[in-house]
Amino acid sequence: MELRLRINGDERRFAKPLTVAGLVGELGVQGKRIAIERNGEIVPRSRYGEVELADGDRLEVVVAVGGG
Amino acid sequence: MEDRLVVAGKAYGSRLLVGTGKYRDFEETRLAIEASGAEIVTVAIRRVNIGQSAGEPNLLDVLPQSRYTILPNTAGCYTAEDAVRTLRLARELLDGHALVKLEVLGDAETLFPNMPETLAAAKTLVAEGFQVMVYCSDDPILARQLEEIGCVAVMPLASLIGSGMGILNPWNLQIILDRAKVPVLVDAGIGTASDAAVAMELGCDGVLMNTAIAKARDPVRMGRAMKLAVEAGREAWLAGRMDRKPYRASASSPAEGLIGKTA
Repeated sequence: MELRLRINGDERRFAKPLTVAGLVGELGVQGKRIAIERNGEIVPRSRYGEVELADGDRLEVVVAVGGG
Repeated sequence: MEDRLVVAGKAYGSRLLVGTGKYRDFEETRLAIEASGAEIVTVAIRRVNIGQSAGEPNLLDVLPQSRYTILPNTAGCYTAEDAVRTLRLARELLDGHALVKLEVLGDAETLFPNMPETLAAAKTLVAEGFQVMVYCSDDPILARQLEEIGCVAVMPLASLIGSGMGILNPWNLQIILDRAKVPVLVDAGIGTASDAAVAMELGCDGVLMNTAIAKARDPVRMGRAMKLAVEAGREAWLAGRMDRKPYRASASSPAEGLIGKTA
């Protein structure tokens, strides 16, 4: 089964099942200082391994950048 | 007693807060901030560039939280909802860190704050336990309302963000300063060292700037200039300036004992 996710505004497809931790690996951002919002709610880092993503989920994956 | 800036119960040795945007690279960012002596530095929260090289340096590695207080901002947000979501992400990113800079913009050309949205966001954030330092217009009534909501510092603009136009309405700032019980920092509009000194001489508790340092010809040197200006302005304010006497000069040298006089 295919999993369609909207990540940072772009639609991407993955193989089911997929946890947030799995997604972090797929995106190549493991080990980075990031934060993730799923459908408007924060996913705490401690729960990445247990939160399973569902078809149609909207995710925001952010980092800190230079700003004033 | 040592003169410290106290925000949300925490004391800081520097009254200069700096942004981290618009620098050539992270090395220049690091050196300029070091020269400025700032302890609180702002960062923006943005979508990660998926597909970028995994080894790419991260701003937070350049500015370790062991040394700096990171102040995540909501720059670029135009609604209370986006600002609140951004800061919830920032809190997660920074391991529960509560001190934040709220700014909700109203207009892409002037970057003037949208004050109704700013007030709404401030209410939500304070209720959620954030310590909110808030970019705002220089309207004394709105500044008071932000303080009543529970913001830990109010930060009126001196002039437009990134304009370098300096302090355009010292009179409004003075009204805010006279009434506020929380720290008042000038945020936005500082162009050069004298602007920062004037802000401090008015009695501001601190100054927040980014472009004035980052877009100077020599950002590291300007970082140091701003450090000195903020310190000089603060010292002058604490010392209490002399009275202005617009229509009468007062000689500094004795009027007696001049040569060539006959009794």
